[in-house]
Amino acid sequence: MSAHPVSKWRMRRRVMPGYGLTLGYTICYLSLVVLLPVSALTLRAANVDLAVYLDVLLDPRTLAAFRLTFGAAFIAATINMVFGFIVAWTLVRYPFPGHRIVDAMVDLPFALPTAVSGIALTSLYARTGLLGSVLTPFGIEVAFAPLGVVVALTFIGLPFVVRTLQPALADLDPEYEEAALSLGATRVQVFFAVILPALRPAMLTGFALALARALGEYGSVVFISGNMPMRTEIVSLLIIGKLEQFDYDGATALAMATLSLSFLLLFSINLIQWRYAAKTRSAA
Amino acid sequence: MQFNRQSNRLLRHTSCVVVLALVLITTACYRPNAGMVEILHVSYDPTREFFQEYNAVFAQYWRDTHEQQLTVLQSHGGSGKQARSVMEGLEAHVVSLALAYDIDAIAERTQLVPEDWQSRLPHNSAPFTSTIVFLVRQGNPKEIHDWDDLVQDDVQVITPNPKTSGGARWNYLAVWGYALSRELNGLALPEAASEDMIAAADKAAYAFVKRLFQNVPLLDSGARAATTTFAQRGIGDVLITWENEAFLALDKLARYNLELVAPSVSILAEPTVTWIDAVTTRRGTTDLARAYLERLYMPEGQRLAARHYFRPRLPEYADAVDLNRLSDVELFTIADMFGSWEAAHEQHFTDGGSFDRIYLENMREGGS
Repeated sequence: MSAHPVSKWRMRRRVMPGYGLTLGYTICYLSLVVLLPVSALTLRAANVDLAVYLDVLLDPRTLAAFRLTFGAAFIAATINMVFGFIVAWTLVRYPFPGHRIVDAMVDLPFALPTAVSGIALTSLYARTGLLGSVLTPFGIEVAFAPLGVVVALTFIGLPFVVRTLQPALADLDPEYEEAALSLGATRVQVFFAVILPALRPAMLTGFALALARALGEYGSVVFISGNMPMRTEIVSLLIIGKLEQFDYDGATALAMATLSLSFLLLFSINLIQWRYAAKTRSAA
Repeated sequence: MQFNRQSNRLLRHTSCVVVLALVLITTACYRPNAGMVEILHVSYDPTREFFQEYNAVFAQYWRDTHEQQLTVLQSHGGSGKQARSVMEGLEAHVVSLALAYDIDAIAERTQLVPEDWQSRLPHNSAPFTSTIVFLVRQGNPKEIHDWDDLVQDDVQVITPNPKTSGGARWNYLAVWGYALSRELNGLALPEAASEDMIAAADKAAYAFVKRLFQNVPLLDSGARAATTTFAQRGIGDVLITWENEAFLALDKLARYNLELVAPSVSILAEPTVTWIDAVTTRRGTTDLARAYLERLYMPEGQRLAARHYFRPRLPEYADAVDLNRLSDVELFTIADMFGSWEAAHEQHFTDGGSFDRIYLENMREGGS
């Protein structure tokens, strides 16, 4: 493993044919599908006046929307990381009757058109809804309140965490746990010292995916949030609002700000991943 | 094994042939055909049912007079979104949008239509109109009869977000215009004598609209979503909406027992139509597109518009039954109260416009 990086590189190239072809294809494909649209946005963004950026981004309405979007996305991704873990654990470790059906259900938020999820959640949590009518007497407002945004984002983010954790959990060899148990570790110790560290990369990836998805969400949120300026407007709604007024510059400024912030966030999560991977490698 | 490989090859050959055939058929379809003609009509949401019926009638007329089989493809969506699609190259032959502002945007930002598009057809290129009315719950428990009743303390008002919904902008301007006309004793804005008077009236209108929005518990992103919130979710005491949408809701959502209330004064909503010169010239369909829109002003078009709850420009052509459903409302136009769409937009809906200021102030005062 400690071979010189250059020789390792050459060796790999020799052993696996098709290196040039696949790399070329990868770059070409990524450029077409990802880089081109993103650079179109960046190019458009470069033509926008700095004054427009300042105007748009310092507007109290924009700031409130950014706070809500990032805050709710973060809370939703955290909730999903914890409860998605439990779901994935149950599905992998305890094959109960009908677990295939439950397993398929996890994908529903992927498959449903987001507007459908939004409308379904709203009719459930509105004051007249099944859950809303129970919660409202306790002073808990979900629909048309910031909490509703968190609920919608939690709903759409769940599959990302479960689906990234499942293979990692399945790969986790029970022998390690058995060894730890036989060496006298308690169940809690086994969980925190053996299971969790092994799953941390997958959990972080799931968290990052759920977060990224939540930051860009529009369809489901607009139905449940109520879209009140300063209170329950998300950034995507402001972008649509600007487009609706043919204010392309303002919309671009907002899009660019969201893109940069998301990128920064995801990049830091990846950084943590790399750090962590390097640490475990050096430890091993 | 042998059989498998053979059938595999067969499958591959067949799929090649199928793909080739599909390509050929598709190219064949794109060849212009003398007896057939196709136009794309890009429209906004609530006209779906009306144009479906009108298209059949017009296609019949076109077949009889020009011996051409006409197909009108319809595209419906939010008015602003549809305008953007056309600007970005959707090959629309004709457009009909909720606000003249949206077609103005096309004219201003592209060379697709001339700037004076609105004077090419009669009545400001709006063959039918509508207005803004209220929907209330059965028996009108909060006794809502006019705009003033919407600013009572115990009334919740449902209207969509004017930043994202064209319909909501009509609602907003209807309220504002009502408050202005009340201040100016019914005078239209250009006739009102002094600058001071207008400024004072504007200030009063601002206070009125601000008070009204304190009664708005949520802002849906579109008009249909607001109707759903009001009817299905049972939120709010009154919904501000287009008259044709209100009638549609009475019809389609009958089980919610809603009632229509018309205010004394409201805005004349003029959905406008035009043909897209750049497209029709290239495709040679200018005469057709023009005839398609001009026949909207003829008896059949007017009658159909009235049947679909719009207000016909030429009521003499409409059926009495359809006309009698419409309430007597004193109507003012955008030009009367705001000068133009451009001016109204600038004053109310741009960043930092009256709508933004109202929300900031209501927020600061701790009410919402």
